[in-house]
Amino acid sequence: MTIFVNESTKVIVQGMTGSEGTKHTKRMLKAGTKIVAGVTPGKGGQSVDMDGQIIPVFNSVKEAISATGANVSVVFVPPKFAKAAVIDAIDAMISLAVVITEGIPVHDVAAFYAYSVEKGTTQILGPNCPGIISPGKTNLGIIPSDITGSGPIGLVSKSGTLTYQMMFELRDFGFTTAVGIGGDPIIGTTHIDCLRAFQDDPATKAIVMIGEIGGDAEERAAQFIKEYVTKPVVGYVAGFTAPEGKTMGHAGAIVSGSSGTAAAKKEALEAVGVAVGKTPSETANLMRKILNG
Amino acid sequence: MDLFEYQARDLFESHQIPVLAGAVATTADQAYLAAEKIGGKVVVKAQVKVGGRGKAGGVKLAENAADAKEKASAILGMDIKGHIVKKVMIAQAAPIESEYYLAILLDRANRNFLVMASVAGGMEIEEVAHKTPEKLARVGIDSNKGIDKAQALEIAKSGQFPADVLDQVGDVLVKLWQAFIREDASLMEINPLVKTTDGKVIALDGKVTLDDNAVFRHPEHEALVDHDATNPLEKLAKEKDLNYVKLDGQVGIIGNGAGLVMSTLDVVAYAGEKYGVKPANFLDIGGGASAEVMANGLSIILGDSDVKSVFVNVFGGITACDAVANGIVQALEILGSKATKPIVVRLDGNNVELGRKILSEANHPLIQQVETMDGAAAKAAELAANK
Repeated sequence: MTIFVNESTKVIVQGMTGSEGTKHTKRMLKAGTKIVAGVTPGKGGQSVDMDGQIIPVFNSVKEAISATGANVSVVFVPPKFAKAAVIDAIDAMISLAVVITEGIPVHDVAAFYAYSVEKGTTQILGPNCPGIISPGKTNLGIIPSDITGSGPIGLVSKSGTLTYQMMFELRDFGFTTAVGIGGDPIIGTTHIDCLRAFQDDPATKAIVMIGEIGGDAEERAAQFIKEYVTKPVVGYVAGFTAPEGKTMGHAGAIVSGSSGTAAAKKEALEAVGVAVGKTPSETANLMRKILNG
Repeated sequence: MDLFEYQARDLFESHQIPVLAGAVATTADQAYLAAEKIGGKVVVKAQVKVGGRGKAGGVKLAENAADAKEKASAILGMDIKGHIVKKVMIAQAAPIESEYYLAILLDRANRNFLVMASVAGGMEIEEVAHKTPEKLARVGIDSNKGIDKAQALEIAKSGQFPADVLDQVGDVLVKLWQAFIREDASLMEINPLVKTTDGKVIALDGKVTLDDNAVFRHPEHEALVDHDATNPLEKLAKEKDLNYVKLDGQVGIIGNGAGLVMSTLDVVAYAGEKYGVKPANFLDIGGGASAEVMANGLSIILGDSDVKSVFVNVFGGITACDAVANGIVQALEILGSKATKPIVVRLDGNNVELGRKILSEANHPLIQQVETMDGAAAKAAELAANK
């Protein structure tokens, strides 16, 4: 089993006709993702040849859904237009919008997130995230398809490259689903949402949770693990050496005063019984030990 | 981007939030002129982006322009918690009756915005929250609805503001919200918000953080950047569109992806413990890793005289390792004799065999390849220690 998406997920790519959208649409199709439509306002009625597969383009998500029955959207629209694109997806009541775009103003994210909560029909993943992959089944976003295959581990991470690194470290086991939730200050799907889904997914035997400095999402996730998760969880937190007050690449990765430090997050996770590795390799070894019994 | 107090004051004024007369000065003579223009007693305030300046002696009352000049000359150049004072604000002095607190900020946990309002101002709000939580109102705001006057009054009431200032505080809060939205801020704090002896409510000191992602709709925010405070290497990196933060260690770091680079810093710090070496910087070259980007990155790191060794840590996701390897080789060709420090490279992921082969065949005297991240970090730390 998988979480949030599966092999029958029908996918729309918003911003498919842009250079990033085109590049990744081709990659996703190659990985077996069922992409049924693109959306670019003003380009409706066209179609694009994606290495032999002809994908129709629509002006709005609503039109794309009624023509194709799509249920998930991946958003590659540039920051300036991302808010309108996500609102369009929410208005069309798409079940999941995966927002890959980096650099969206936080007021725009707050606005579309609040709108999604008000409407109650769309889950947002991201923004500024690498997406979600269920190896061998479907791949939405920019995560490489061939790092590893399907297996018993569930992975949730703020960081894209650490997602890839961890999938690579544990390629001998494989993953049910790996979710990159993104490193922005406001994100839709959280560590907690993924932990709950992995706990409820019978195929997931153990969970890797990767966090980083900034905010208190890891601390809240630790509390949730204590209350809800019975499967083994191993953790990794990046940014022990990050100086206070400096943004480390991700807009949300910042230590403010004494809050948001890696040490506090590690401590919170360990306090609820999560084994936390010092490096990605050590973390992978902790997981390996659990799975080898 | 965090603003200086004087920039926050000007921004508040432009949004009709009541402030006192104030001007910035970088010399004692400018301070004299500013104080003379304002007239009467003034306050000379060090402009530093760090708390605790009052206790450090960075805020002084001056009787007149001559006194302001003297006080400014004492404050300019002062070191406050590692921040050298390069500017002072000359502010009109006002007889204060009460000090309050008012702020709007990003609430990451609830994924919306939060108003904090308290009758107890002038001190750290964490202290108020801890000691007298009943005096602090915390109200979540739906960004699609905003704050109207009626809600602002409710918030002021629950922050225990006295009846005689409720209306004025309500007005300030509505205007603060408008400023917060229009300027794409992630923090706007007024501390203290004061009532003067003649009953006027005024923003006396402010802290503002603006969203760097929103610069495309605020070209005017570019003028607020403090180039003085930016490290020269950080400035150069910004010009090259690279994500770089200078740290105080000896191992230069280049990687792809913010999370992996943060992790690389940590791994190098662990490996360096026994040698007393640390990471020298954060540098995320992002997804592309072309020769040009790699050359720009390497040249910034090699331009840091603290750097004794370099660790290039790349996991090829979409980016292929052969492209990264070619980038490194070409970057070293571009840099020529400027490249003098040993470079440890760890490549993994997409097309790794070809990438490693390219580096082996290039046989560059500065490059050493190590296959694992932990092993490469240990090697880079060792090389930095032996230099």
